[in-house]
Amino acid sequence: MIINHPLLGPCDAQEFTYLGDASLLHRPDGLADGAAQAFFDYAYLRDNPAGLHRELWFHEQGDRSWLVVTRDTLTHEITQVELASNVARREGRSR
Amino acid sequence: MRYSGFRIFKEALTGHKGWTPAWRDPDPQPHYDYVIVGGGGHGLATAYYLAKQFRQSRIAVLEKGWIGGGNVGRNTTIIRSNYLLDGNEPFYEFSLKLWEGLEQDFNYNAMVSQRGILNLYHSDAQRDAFIRRGNAMILHGADAELLDRAQIRREYPFLDFDNARFPILGGLAHRRGGTVRHDAVAWGYARGADQRGVDIIQNCAVTGLRIENGRCTGVETARGFIGAGKGGVAVAGNSSRLMAMAGMRLPIESHVLQAFVTEGLKPILPGVITFGAGHFYCSQSDKGGLVFGGDLDGYNSYAQRGNLPIIEDVAAEAMAILPNLGRARLLRSWGGVMDMSMDGSPIIDRTPVEGLYFNGGWCYGGFKATPASGWCFAHLLTTDQPHPTATAYRIDRFARGTMIDEKGVGAQPNRH
Ligand SMILES: Cc1cc2nc3c(=O)[nH]c(=O)nc-3n(C[C@H](O)[C@H](O)[C@H](O)COP(=O)(O)OP(=O)(O)OC[C@H]3O[C@@H](n4cnc5c(N)ncnc54)[C@H](O)[C@@H]3O)c2cc1C
Repeated sequence: MIINHPLLGPCDAQEFTYLGDASLLHRPDGLADGAAQAFFDYAYLRDNPAGLHRELWFHEQGDRSWLVVTRDTLTHEITQVELASNVARREGRSR
Repeated sequence: MRYSGFRIFKEALTGHKGWTPAWRDPDPQPHYDYVIVGGGGHGLATAYYLAKQFRQSRIAVLEKGWIGGGNVGRNTTIIRSNYLLDGNEPFYEFSLKLWEGLEQDFNYNAMVSQRGILNLYHSDAQRDAFIRRGNAMILHGADAELLDRAQIRREYPFLDFDNARFPILGGLAHRRGGTVRHDAVAWGYARGADQRGVDIIQNCAVTGLRIENGRCTGVETARGFIGAGKGGVAVAGNSSRLMAMAGMRLPIESHVLQAFVTEGLKPILPGVITFGAGHFYCSQSDKGGLVFGGDLDGYNSYAQRGNLPIIEDVAAEAMAILPNLGRARLLRSWGGVMDMSMDGSPIIDRTPVEGLYFNGGWCYGGFKATPASGWCFAHLLTTDQPHPTATAYRIDRFARGTMIDEKGVGAQPNRH
């Protein structure tokens, strides 16, 4: 698989480490009501879709940036690659 | 029809005209007492033990494709009972004991071969961990034996003992482990279940679950609605998709694992060996091919094929202990999709939906579990109680913090 890095261009997926579903960007608030349940969901439950999946990849052997890659889990085709920091900001994470 | 040496002899003399199909191809009935979704090893074993051990009638197995086309026909066929943790080892030892009597029990040659498994260690720390594991195995009634370099040299003289980075210092031998002809397991259970009246319905994908007032009353399929007193789901890599039909999100990701086989060679590898400094294991099939595999590709996948980096990785690990493998040509590689659970251990449990039961999360070790998984799932389906060896496999263990994490890597499915 080739991941088209937004800054560096096409890179071999081998240079990356995989974390999982991009919903992991949304760490629950530990002080909110129902935090225990929210953390259980966050840590253990996954949608695990067959089809398009937004997922976090870390460019460990490259520029060490985190990317959000949209990939089809049925074909491995990658349709979109964004910097995770941009996605996080857009989705309302503070930094 | 019973298979026996006498039968083969008789058929040979009469032109092989007396053989009948190993199982029927029935049309689905409108209603069954038990509907098992998924005709892999686990689904078929469940139906077999439901009919044989727990004497239940009117059972169907619904398979999306053909039986044996999933992971049960794609795995590297290793069976073993060499786990460390209390939640696992009694279950896998129960499974190994069932393997030991299986062929007589279901009257089918599954080529169960207890040729032994040798886990190599390459450091002092790893030796200590293996001693601990060996002791845990022995405490649970399994067998384990620590071998030093000289003992291993006698059995496997061709290994690269003095590899500069990963010298072989010794190993943990598990003599009752071994290999089994994988698709014969699917066929043997299918035939045994069919003989006891189970309907095995192929090309019958389940597309929905009918749930009324919190109770599962049947399944929607490619061949129409089929009513069910109780439904048991055992669909290996597709668990999340199936259980989403009941509104459940699972502690599971689907990942692809690859396997490889070389051209047929004369017997060189007497047992199963595993590399301790990475993830590589190898055995020789009865046809002579060296069958081996390693790590997951590492990303979510429902495609039954992997990518090249893993092939390179596995080949490099192979060369680190088995340099003679470098002279063999690789014939084929393939992939299978598995449920990787959040702690690397399986789930056999009831669900919040009444009448709906779940069996999954087997990761890449589910083949060895087939007999016990079928037995324990049948036990749960009939009695509503977990089998004594499977009490730890509850789905709520993640919420309760009682994970069964053999490797201790946490909620990262691709690391298990
Ligand atoms: C390459 C590889 C190597 C492995 N090596 C080993 C090993 O050496 N030792 C070991 O112990 N384990 C090994 N495993 C793991 C083992 O194969 C699996 O854990 C185990 O086979 C899973 O259970 P099963 O046999 O029931 O799965 P499967 O055979 O995959 O059965 C599940 C069935 O469900 C069907 N299904 C899915 N969705 C639906 C639907 N909607 N409706 C109807 N049917 C459906 C599928 O078509 C499939 O036939 C390996 C796996 C792979 C891929």
